[in-house]
Amino acid sequence: MPIKDNDISQDLELFVKESIAAGMPFAIHGGGSKDFYGNPVDAGPLDVTAHSGIVSYDPTELCITVRAGTPLNELESLLAEHQQVLPFEPPQYTDKATIGGAIATGISGPRRAYSGSVRDAILGVQIINGEGEIVNFGGQVMKNVAGYDLSRLIVRSLGTLGLILNVSIRVIPKPERDLSLSFEASQEDALAFFQDLRLKLLPVTATLWKDGKVYIRFSASEKILQSTQQKMASEHKLDEASVTDDFWQNIRDHKDDFFTLSDKPLWRLSLPPTSDNIVRINDPQLIEWGGAQRWVNSNAPANIIHSIASSRGGYATAFKRRQAGCAVFPVLEPNLLHLHRQLKRKMDPHNLFNPNRMYQGV
Amino acid sequence: MPLDLNTKNDLIFRLGEILPPASLITKEEDLKPYECDGLSAYQRLPVAAVLPDTIEQVQQIVKVCSQLQVPIVARGAGTGLSGGALPHEGGIILGLSRFNKILDVDLKSQTARVQPGVRNLAISEAARPFGLYYAPDPSSQIACSIGGNVAENAGGVHCLKYGLTVHNIQQIKIVTIDGELITLGSETLDTPGYDLLGLMTGSEGMLGIIVEIVVKLLPKPHAVSVLMASFDKVEDAGNAVAAIIAEGVIPAGLEMMDKPAIHAAEAFAKANYPLDAEAILLCELDGDAEQLAEQICLVDKTLLNARASNIVIAESAEEQAKLWAGRKSAFPAVGRISPDYYCMDGTIPRKQIAFVLQEISRLSEKFDLGVANVFHAGDGNLHPLILYDANKEGELEKAEQFGAEILELSVKVGGTITGEHGVGHEKIDQMCVQFSPAELTQFFAVKSAFDPMSLLNPGKAIPTLHRCAELGAMHVHNGELPHPEIPRF
Ligand SMILES: Cc1cc2nc3c(=O)[nH]c(=O)nc-3n(C[C@H](O)[C@H](O)[C@H](O)COP(=O)(O)OP(=O)(O)OC[C@H]3O[C@@H](n4cnc5c(N)ncnc54)[C@H](O)[C@@H]3O)c2cc1C
Repeated sequence: MPIKDNDISQDLELFVKESIAAGMPFAIHGGGSKDFYGNPVDAGPLDVTAHSGIVSYDPTELCITVRAGTPLNELESLLAEHQQVLPFEPPQYTDKATIGGAIATGISGPRRAYSGSVRDAILGVQIINGEGEIVNFGGQVMKNVAGYDLSRLIVRSLGTLGLILNVSIRVIPKPERDLSLSFEASQEDALAFFQDLRLKLLPVTATLWKDGKVYIRFSASEKILQSTQQKMASEHKLDEASVTDDFWQNIRDHKDDFFTLSDKPLWRLSLPPTSDNIVRINDPQLIEWGGAQRWVNSNAPANIIHSIASSRGGYATAFKRRQAGCAVFPVLEPNLLHLHRQLKRKMDPHNLFNPNRMYQGV
Repeated sequence: MPLDLNTKNDLIFRLGEILPPASLITKEEDLKPYECDGLSAYQRLPVAAVLPDTIEQVQQIVKVCSQLQVPIVARGAGTGLSGGALPHEGGIILGLSRFNKILDVDLKSQTARVQPGVRNLAISEAARPFGLYYAPDPSSQIACSIGGNVAENAGGVHCLKYGLTVHNIQQIKIVTIDGELITLGSETLDTPGYDLLGLMTGSEGMLGIIVEIVVKLLPKPHAVSVLMASFDKVEDAGNAVAAIIAEGVIPAGLEMMDKPAIHAAEAFAKANYPLDAEAILLCELDGDAEQLAEQICLVDKTLLNARASNIVIAESAEEQAKLWAGRKSAFPAVGRISPDYYCMDGTIPRKQIAFVLQEISRLSEKFDLGVANVFHAGDGNLHPLILYDANKEGELEKAEQFGAEILELSVKVGGTITGEHGVGHEKIDQMCVQFSPAELTQFFAVKSAFDPMSLLNPGKAIPTLHRCAELGAMHVHNGELPHPEIPRF
């Protein structure tokens, strides 16, 4: 199915200008698949899903420019036709998820630890700024240092600095084949294995530990995967049963039992990958990105979870099923928060875009 | 604007309270080394140069300057090619050369914590015993500082596969214009809030002073191979670049040189380059032995299909070093064949390489100035070196005009005026071509969030709308003046 080609930037520009005149902030949303991510916004909704389509795509340039409302699944299929993928493997928590939402939240999937994050892949953006003007930053080329890097700043700004119209993203060649293996390991052994792996030059594209098992995905040519499998088999007692094709997709999209069966709050811990195993809480954990991203379903008080993360040099987000009154993001140091507020005030002087979605005043 | 005498005396007195005499330079003859960076066509003396060696001193210096409203220009090694570290006539140079310590190299986390004045190459040298290295490798790596690399988002030969500076740093500490010390980024893969680490990278010393950096280190590849392909036509070489990428191979490096560059480099470095070729491509591939063999095969085939007339594969480390020596010494080599050269830095979509090179040779005839092309072809990052003689009346102006037209051409084909050298003082006028008034205003908004009085490297990188308007006559597009809203004088 071809991606719907629909440019509504003029309408959106008019809407923003009118909102400035009326002093009416708004809450931007795409497919709504990540509505839970951030503080509730006390403003009328602005749906940008209609702004969809491919602006330009030339596979040999390894770059695609796409309108923010384009559904991720359609974008993914188009790239697959040309043997390419998005390096950051963005989650599709629902089939409505859009590329604009992926950029605004900066949430990446399993491949992130091995081929970079959303911000690593961004080359340029077109936004409507705080004065209701359409402006472009960055571009479609791989290297660009003209002016401040506002395209990277837009990534994970949660729509608080401008309304994203188009993005140009670096894409990468899709490896010929994937091979996923699993073996039994304690959490401690898994972390040691991940640590070892970082110094090897194996074609890893995803790692995971849960329920006493390590899962690992390699992506390369048939021949290289064969020898990789042999290497792995000589060092670990690999499970006979193969890891199913949709395993990583279910992890990416939080459709795996770990994410769906619990009714406890879901926390995301972003830690230095070298951090040791967490024993202070008993709840089940799921580890990704070689130890850098850890998920836990837990009723433990927020301050305990935050201190587990910060004592290791990381931070925690109350991702889903938050307890009432629990903030999504950890508190920033006063100096840093001040800079955030300054930047927000300067880039969004009329306080239009998703007010307070990230922090009070940001 | 020069500093009035009262403020100047006050400034120097108060800096003297912070720094020992050897770290405070005020005599004209001692200030000479600071009057320009790598772009020596522009020179200016600062009021003073300070060489602190602790973060506390930097904080105090910034506070004093902030109180007296004295501009601060940070300086690393001064190898910048866009006049970024060019002094402000009423301001000070804040030199970071004494921050030259590698604080920690950690195998487990594969990181190094370094001070900003550390030389780029020194990091890889310190990491070598651990089997690690720091990937971004600007050609100036023996001299340039890591702080300067962060401030310019420097690239290098290996950035095609391993990314630019921004992809290879984890955390920095900055001193803000208020003298506060703030940590941006962390040892995790992301941090809460805005990506201020990304914003600081490439900000040319205009948002804060970088005083510490944690860089990522990579394991050394097991096997490396370098291919050199010769071409009878420059266009074929340009198209071969796009063809390799289209095959799904991302080489560790993919560099191109045209005939004048080949000849200059060969005379200088004796790299065994083919003197009859119109262009060569140097393609470095790496990985484990098996991955490498597969890639060599594919690239070899692609190059032949793209009409390479000859392909040499260097397997041994010595042969490889020899091939790279020519490329890495290309700038000084060109410096030998021409009294002066002017290095441009536009980036274009790869598919435009052949076309843009043709246009550059057309412009070369128009301006009657030679040009040698040596560049990061895989990224589409051009470095035309315009050959001129500063002692000949009007040649510098001609070279500048030639350069400006190349940059405008880069923008026209969908590229940018600078891929890695930064805007600095040099390309400030071309910013008016690439960005609209609304976009420039946005940049000023960001600047004022960090530096409301505009004391950090003022007047660089982002032109005022006024300046663009005055220039407007030079860039009349479709018969319209670009900034009709601004009054003209
Ligand atoms: C022969 C030659 C080859 C080169 N090759 C390359 C190349 O391949 N790739 C490439 O990217 N560049 C290259 N360059 C350009 C230059 O080396 C880079 O831009 C380098 O990053 C500059 O580092 P520096 O320490 O010399 O910075 P400087 O020239 O001292 O400063 C550059 C800018 O950074 C700011 N700055 C410096 N340190 C700090 C700090 N600690 N905090 C805040 N701001 C700071 C300065 O104010 C200035 O605006 C080359 C230059 C030469 C002369």
